[in-house]
Amino acid sequence: MADSDIKALTGGLELPDFESTAFTTPPPLAEAKVAIVTSASLHHPDQDDFSPMDTGYRVLDGGRRDYMCGHWSPNFDATGIALDLNTVFPIDRLDELAADGTIGSVSDIHLSYAGNQFDLSAVRMDSGPAGAKFLRDHEVDVVLFTPV
Amino acid sequence: MSALAHVFEEAGIATLALGSIGAHIQGTAPPRGLWCEFPLGRPLGKPNDPAFQHRVLAHAFGLLDSSEPVVEKFAETIIDDGTATMSCELPPRHDPSLHPAVDEANGLRPAYDRAVAKLGNRTGAGRTVAADDIGAAVLAFTKIAEGTPWKEAGIPGIPARVAQDIRGYYETAALALAEHAPAAWAGARWFFTSTEAGRAIVDARQAMADAGEKHPIWFYITPGDM
Repeated sequence: MADSDIKALTGGLELPDFESTAFTTPPPLAEAKVAIVTSASLHHPDQDDFSPMDTGYRVLDGGRRDYMCGHWSPNFDATGIALDLNTVFPIDRLDELAADGTIGSVSDIHLSYAGNQFDLSAVRMDSGPAGAKFLRDHEVDVVLFTPV
Repeated sequence: MSALAHVFEEAGIATLALGSIGAHIQGTAPPRGLWCEFPLGRPLGKPNDPAFQHRVLAHAFGLLDSSEPVVEKFAETIIDDGTATMSCELPPRHDPSLHPAVDEANGLRPAYDRAVAKLGNRTGAGRTVAADDIGAAVLAFTKIAEGTPWKEAGIPGIPARVAQDIRGYYETAALALAEHAPAAWAGARWFFTSTEAGRAIVDARQAMADAGEKHPIWFYITPGDM
């Protein structure tokens, strides 16, 4: 079992194609509100777990630290996030960056999706735009995406 | 992640995408991407190392200075050489009337509880199988390994998810038993090669494959390269 061998297994996956790359210019970082969106299937214990091929998202409360990883894949090391949430979801690091003025603020809410998707159409057409609108409505300027 | 970055950027939010697989982040080409050559499961690199994590974030936020789409690589790499294994002692045999794998799982419960009390439960039991029921789930895998069809073995859920909870229970317990933060994959290697439960799961997976069960039912029970 080796990380390189597991990464090699993904070599045959078809990657999504985007005809153009959207590009948004944010406000200065020191004024920006930052949120995290992760594909680690994180959720709070009182929220629904992710089902296989779940294309929805969960809203995470940035004030809480009780997260469970609902990702279905066996193909990642789980001890990193078990030891330190910030290995996947760097919420404490963002709080520190806000405290020292590097970023404007940290959003009170964040989002989690399930990264183990073979068909991205629902995420691209439905839950992705819905999640983006949700964060825009909460005046988020910058999103940091983290995988697992 | 990179695909979602395209979607969010289209909606008017500036995005920074971290990626652990170079071919994926370069091939999907998010508006701003940072390839961090770290093991899967550790996109910020090192647990309990805020300075390292801040270096990753500093590079990522620096991408906002670009006036056009950009994908860069983080300068530091963490490479798993496929050999690191956790070093932690398993509990001695306690109840000879139980299957060794079940006795082992029961013996790890105090360590599991200590780890959850200290760290919280992010990847341990509870997604499908509660900690109290781990022993029964382990026993089901031993039955499959010994030839019982998986649908008759008492697996309390989708086999891959049940195996994930057992592995999570063991890896979480191991964090309380070990004196060190394990390297990436060291916990998984310890589980699948050094424990009765891990070996039973590997054997059950092989038995399911040999029995001609559908590929997704058995394949995702362990990491794909096993």
